[in-house]
Amino acid sequence: MVKGLKQYWQVAPYLTLGFLLTCVFVLYPLAKGIYISFFDYKVIQPSLSEFVGFANYRQALTDPTVYTALWNTLLFAAVTVPGQWLLGVIAATLINIQLVRFKVFFRLIYYLPVISSWVVVSYLFKFLFADGHSGIINYLLTDILHIVPEPIAWLQNRWSANVVIWAVSVWKGIGWVMVMYLAALQSIPKSLYEAAQIDGAKGVSSFLNITLPLMRPMTVYVVINLIIGAFQAFIQVLLITRGGPLDSTHLMNTYLFKQAFEYFNFGYGTALSVMLGLLIFIFTYGQQRTFGRERLEY
Amino acid sequence: MRRQRGLTLALHMALLLGMLLVIGPFVYMVLTSLTTDNFSLPSPYKLMHSSKTIQNYIDAWNKNHFSRYFVNSIGISAVTMVLSLFLATLTAYGFARFSFPAKEPLFKLFLFSMFVPALLNIIPQFTILKTLHLVDTYPGLILLYAGTGVVGGTFFLRGFFERIPTELEESIVIDGGGKWTLYRSIYIPLSLPAIGTLGIFSFSGTWDEFIVALTLIKTESHRTLPIALQLFQGQYATYYGLFFAASMMALLPIILIFLIFQKQFVNPNMSEGSVKG
Repeated sequence: MVKGLKQYWQVAPYLTLGFLLTCVFVLYPLAKGIYISFFDYKVIQPSLSEFVGFANYRQALTDPTVYTALWNTLLFAAVTVPGQWLLGVIAATLINIQLVRFKVFFRLIYYLPVISSWVVVSYLFKFLFADGHSGIINYLLTDILHIVPEPIAWLQNRWSANVVIWAVSVWKGIGWVMVMYLAALQSIPKSLYEAAQIDGAKGVSSFLNITLPLMRPMTVYVVINLIIGAFQAFIQVLLITRGGPLDSTHLMNTYLFKQAFEYFNFGYGTALSVMLGLLIFIFTYGQQRTFGRERLEY
Repeated sequence: MRRQRGLTLALHMALLLGMLLVIGPFVYMVLTSLTTDNFSLPSPYKLMHSSKTIQNYIDAWNKNHFSRYFVNSIGISAVTMVLSLFLATLTAYGFARFSFPAKEPLFKLFLFSMFVPALLNIIPQFTILKTLHLVDTYPGLILLYAGTGVVGGTFFLRGFFERIPTELEESIVIDGGGKWTLYRSIYIPLSLPAIGTLGIFSFSGTWDEFIVALTLIKTESHRTLPIALQLFQGQYATYYGLFFAASMMALLPIILIFLIFQKQFVNPNMSEGSVKG
């Protein structure tokens, strides 16, 4: 007991500030959010809020837009997580091959979308996929490649609009996966490969037997982050389609944002966000348990 | 030998192809920003053949207090970055090199908050800042950014700190240095690549942040760049050249910072070789 207190006393100078800020700006708001979800919350005068029990949650189960948003969210994750991961891993593996020159240059170029502002790239893709022949993507598809006969009204249909949203999200995320894997690849000691070479393994077999197993912790980290990122995606949909046409491209996030900040249904909005939080938790729980425990050891 | 040359060529072609896909949208943006009088999206023909000018950049810089918002964003992002790095290194060091009761559960609690959708935290965060009389102020905005960034930064750095061999501490301890000295003269310098990387994440994250700034900042002259861009898009909806010029100017500082820092980009094996058995 005394020893514990003494240990806290020693670590306090390092932890207090960070812990305090996290409590104030992350953990408390989280608890408060869950609390609000059981109320018909009046943001102007919180004291007038009415306790409604699970009414907000029941409402969600009968709201058809929630199902659309949920479906879109799951599809978004199903497309963008493997998409970013696969392309990012391919890029990292290629760049890391000894024969490749200009490594720094390629890494820089592939990373550009990652550091670009979401606001900028969202509008950029909205314009790239503009209707008619003036949209450059339509121009490429119809006038240059002749793949489609007529320009596509990308943002006027649910599925084509989703394609635009997926495209910008994958495009922007590849570089991040690549950089993470490049760092991990470069941190593998060369001695391991040299040892393997002496034992007669090289090229593909040393990739399979040394590189892949050592990448496992990084894969767990990257995939969890991609899943969380996918479920928290928001700004690209808000700026490209605003959930339209007819609420058909909403993600859970954009829909709950609309409920909260356009209709001022804060109770309902927070209930939706709690449900989304649970969803994320379920999808990452299995991996979360090994998260942080697994470290690279040579 | 010949086979290897073919392979090298194929590898570079693949990387170049990928590069075209990555960089194509940027090329389009640059070309459009250099083309004037675009009341509709410029046709590809016009993009390639019309004369290029930087007039859009001059116009965008002088419209709608754009320059003011630009300076605001630089200040806010820089201060947030410094504060975040300070907090993250401290907290990560605490978790990496101290033992205390309930350390791992506490860390788990930290991590757990990363899995929660951040969006609707805005309402309670807003009420807290209101109680502190910090709504519509830069300190409020910066505190909120730094406060919500602690967890991610701590998680990112803890691993790096733990991989630094404790043998390195010996010489300092022998000289009578305490934990604080260790933190400053071993853990910070040896983790510079990781800290630099985190700094880039922090800066570009703040630079790009949209929703919190939109809800928190009311005074027009206090706005940040992403909001300026959104206003541009709304107000000059059909002046594509102007909008893309503004966008380019918003991207440039981040790209510059990345270029400066990128040599130090994450290299977790920095401490390898500093201890010889």
